[in-house]
Amino acid sequence: MSKILDSKVPDGPLADKWDLHKAGLKLVAPNNRRKYNILVVGTGLAGASAAASLAEMNYNVTALCISDSPRRAHSIAAQGGINAAKNYPNDNDSVFRLFYDTIKGGDFRAREANVYRLAQVSSSIIDQCVAQGVPFAREYGGVLANRTFGGAQVSRTFYARGQTGQQLLLGAYSAMMRQVARGKVDLRARREMMDLVVVDGIARGVIARNLVTGELERYAADAVLLCTGGYGNVFYLSTNAMACNVTAAYRAHKRGAFMANPCFTQIHPTCIPVSGDYQSKLTLMSESLRNDGRVWVPKKVGDKRPAKDIPENERDYYLERKYPSFGNMVPRDVASRNAKMACDEGRGVGSSGLAVYLDFEDAIKRDGQPAIEARYGNLFHMYEKITGENPYKAPMRIYPAVHYTMGGLWVDYNLESTVPGLFVLGEANFSDHGANRLGASALMQGLADGYFVVPYTIPAHLVGRSYRKVSTADDEFRQAETQVKERIDRLLAVGGSRTVDSFHRELGLIMWDNCGMARNRKGLEEALEKIPALRKAFWADVKVLGAGANINTELEKAGRVADFLEFGELMCRDALVREESCGGHFREESQTEEGEAKRDDEKYCYVAAWEHAGDGKAPVMHKEDLVFENVKLTQRSYK
Amino acid sequence: MSGKRISLTLKVWRQESAKDAGKMATYEVKDINDEMSFLEMLDVLNEQLVTKGERPITFDHDCREGICGACGFVINGHAHSKEKEITVCQLHMRKFQDGETLVLEPWRAKAFPVLQDLMVDRSAFDRIQAAGGYTSVHTGSAVDANSILIPKVDADAAFDAATCIGCGACVASCKNASAMLFVGAKVSQFALLPQGQVERERRVKAMVERMDAEGFGNCTNEYECEAACPKGISVTNIARMNREFLKAAVTDQG
Ligand SMILES: Cc1cc2nc3c(=O)[nH]c(=O)nc-3n(C[C@H](O)[C@H](O)[C@H](O)COP(=O)(O)OP(=O)(O)OC[C@H]3O[C@@H](n4cnc5c(N)ncnc54)[C@H](O)[C@@H]3O)c2cc1C
Ligand code: FES
Repeated sequence: MSKILDSKVPDGPLADKWDLHKAGLKLVAPNNRRKYNILVVGTGLAGASAAASLAEMNYNVTALCISDSPRRAHSIAAQGGINAAKNYPNDNDSVFRLFYDTIKGGDFRAREANVYRLAQVSSSIIDQCVAQGVPFAREYGGVLANRTFGGAQVSRTFYARGQTGQQLLLGAYSAMMRQVARGKVDLRARREMMDLVVVDGIARGVIARNLVTGELERYAADAVLLCTGGYGNVFYLSTNAMACNVTAAYRAHKRGAFMANPCFTQIHPTCIPVSGDYQSKLTLMSESLRNDGRVWVPKKVGDKRPAKDIPENERDYYLERKYPSFGNMVPRDVASRNAKMACDEGRGVGSSGLAVYLDFEDAIKRDGQPAIEARYGNLFHMYEKITGENPYKAPMRIYPAVHYTMGGLWVDYNLESTVPGLFVLGEANFSDHGANRLGASALMQGLADGYFVVPYTIPAHLVGRSYRKVSTADDEFRQAETQVKERIDRLLAVGGSRTVDSFHRELGLIMWDNCGMARNRKGLEEALEKIPALRKAFWADVKVLGAGANINTELEKAGRVADFLEFGELMCRDALVREESCGGHFREESQTEEGEAKRDDEKYCYVAAWEHAGDGKAPVMHKEDLVFENVKLTQRSYK
Repeated sequence: MSGKRISLTLKVWRQESAKDAGKMATYEVKDINDEMSFLEMLDVLNEQLVTKGERPITFDHDCREGICGACGFVINGHAHSKEKEITVCQLHMRKFQDGETLVLEPWRAKAFPVLQDLMVDRSAFDRIQAAGGYTSVHTGSAVDANSILIPKVDADAAFDAATCIGCGACVASCKNASAMLFVGAKVSQFALLPQGQVERERRVKAMVERMDAEGFGNCTNEYECEAACPKGISVTNIARMNREFLKAAVTDQG
């Protein structure tokens, strides 16, 4: 095992690890907490819950976010729900079961202790949210409603119609706003973190750009929490919001934070297909649709007849055929890959040929249209709004799209990165989902990190280490600001001929073709040549108008795309090294005879944590071996 | 799927910064695929502007699926366009005819100063939220989620009020620039839930006071807000807020 990577997973039985660990953690006395300043970057579920909780405890918190209001973080978009091992439906759910499903769903590439803790605190999250006034769905008797999600065999998902993320975020946001009113959270919206400031090897602040005035601002703190979400937009098209980026995490990476498993990305099977090259983002259709919809393509290659003219015996319900026991409910990675295979064979539908049908005809026949409407009315409506087609009459067309990034900054059991004092929460870290995330588990993780983990672990840094007082006038801050300014000036000075978006689209295509749903050596090696060439073209020919002062949305995009152009390369490197298939990472060289993903536990049962070695130098990979003491590593089978 | 091609004339409000005066500018957008979303049409125009060396049109947006509340401007006099229950990011070009002229303006309200072009400052909403839009329950002190039963009708009604995305269309569509629908929805969500009872009176007073201090206008029952709301939030929430406010004033001890 690499010496540098100390996961700090405590000894002891799995079920007791978190309690034992907490018992050994240092405390900061209530009266002393006001002496500590904590900087929270990002106010999605992870950031808002952390900011609120820490401020309630009396720490001084400063919170930054890109959007005009913290309530708009991308967490808002989550539709489906949030898991918790409450076992309210009495269907034999338990902490262990939630843990097991999550670690197996992640294809055994996550840390046992982290995932177990996640399952342990899941119940408290629901309690907290309900107390905040989050209007979860309820039964007539007044108790909370649950549903199954993502193929789970128990009903453990809590939801608020199709707006679970929004309602949870509003809960966390309102808790944070209460602390804003108390003066314990200094909220700075429309700020983008441009760099991390490290003093004596410890994270001590950030440089941020005020997106309204264009000014660069220095923020100093005793600890920095990065809660900046996922990097799915490296693919240009994804279900992520437009401002989702890797900049904060990548800047921290360049300052010494290791990046773990960057190639682990999740491609969600049920999204509305791309309709043209002007497309700016993709829309997810909730996974719950697969509870009733049947996925199919024509049996014949190149069959362009409308769906209704293709008789039953000429349709291939390929998921039901290949996976009789799970059928349409197979996990996301399996469903996505099979859709791609059908389209690659030339059996895709729609004018682009890059889509498969999700058909509700049988469900409507069986349960009646009103029942289907009650279940999915809002989703059908959304589909119709976007495509102009009525899914009650003709099957939906769906195709997989980039959705979530399991990879992220490496953190130990305390959620601390390899830069002391820098904690990473939510989608921005790598910790709990291994190589594939199960539905309804990202919301759970973001809130677990913010409400129930970091408030306990942060004193280990605050009082467990000695570090000097800093001020924003210090050299380190000045230098970091100068570097940020130089980079902005460079972007503005290129004065080339191509728009930022044109580069972003081109990068997205390279990533999608070579580091998307299926990867192979040749493609990855090609991408590793194309990306640096594109990066060079970007710095020689991008056109960013205006000045650094004032609002300049093109400049904002340019900075983010510049980072994606470096980060994409790291993803491909990571994918190239991992010569096994696991979860969302499908290496074509590593498959079973039936074309299923083949893991290689002998060689790859580790977390790949990349260290930045300097610009133009190859990054160095460190391994954290994954040790499984409580579960048996099995090949996932959904046959 | 095929997609017709259409051309449009856009008259767009251009304003460099909060300090500058603004004016309308006219743009011709040609051969737009009508399957594009409205914001994608603006993306195309913006790429053309950048290529020509002109500053692109600034507007707020993020999720592009009608849930974050970031987007919003006025199209031909209607907040988020004249389509019902829609945000501007959910609007598609197939709703328009070839040759149409569209006038795009930012939200106009004293409490929402224009920052640039179609982008405004809505931080007043955050300050109203901070005044009382929460339950004062700190992390870790919650009881088991099922220990307080909530009738489904109340939970559903609270949910309906809670669907507000804070976009500001209610303010923009109101001739008085009133924020009553926004505040009423938040007050209602908590008033309908047992968790909201403890601070019920203090909350409504503090939020209404903050709303007034931010410079939002009064409600004169025009109901334009409900018509413009992308989430279809009902004006009955305003009536509930008024009742809550009166009750709070009557029982006011201080
Ligand atoms: C369409 C969709 C549906 C989903 N549905 C579900 C679901 O049903 N269940 C589930 O469990 N998960 C779901 N997910 C995943 C889940 O929503 C996200 O993983 C999770 O909400 C991420 O939360 P976060 O707090 O880590 O990040 P985010 O919510 O993305 O927040 C990031 C924050 O960081 C800020 N930020 C980013 N960069 C910077 C910077 N450089 N400087 C300053 N601030 C910055 C942003 O402004 C924002 O405030 C879904 C995701 C998508 C895309
Ligand atoms: S961009 Fe999010 S609601 Fe329109």
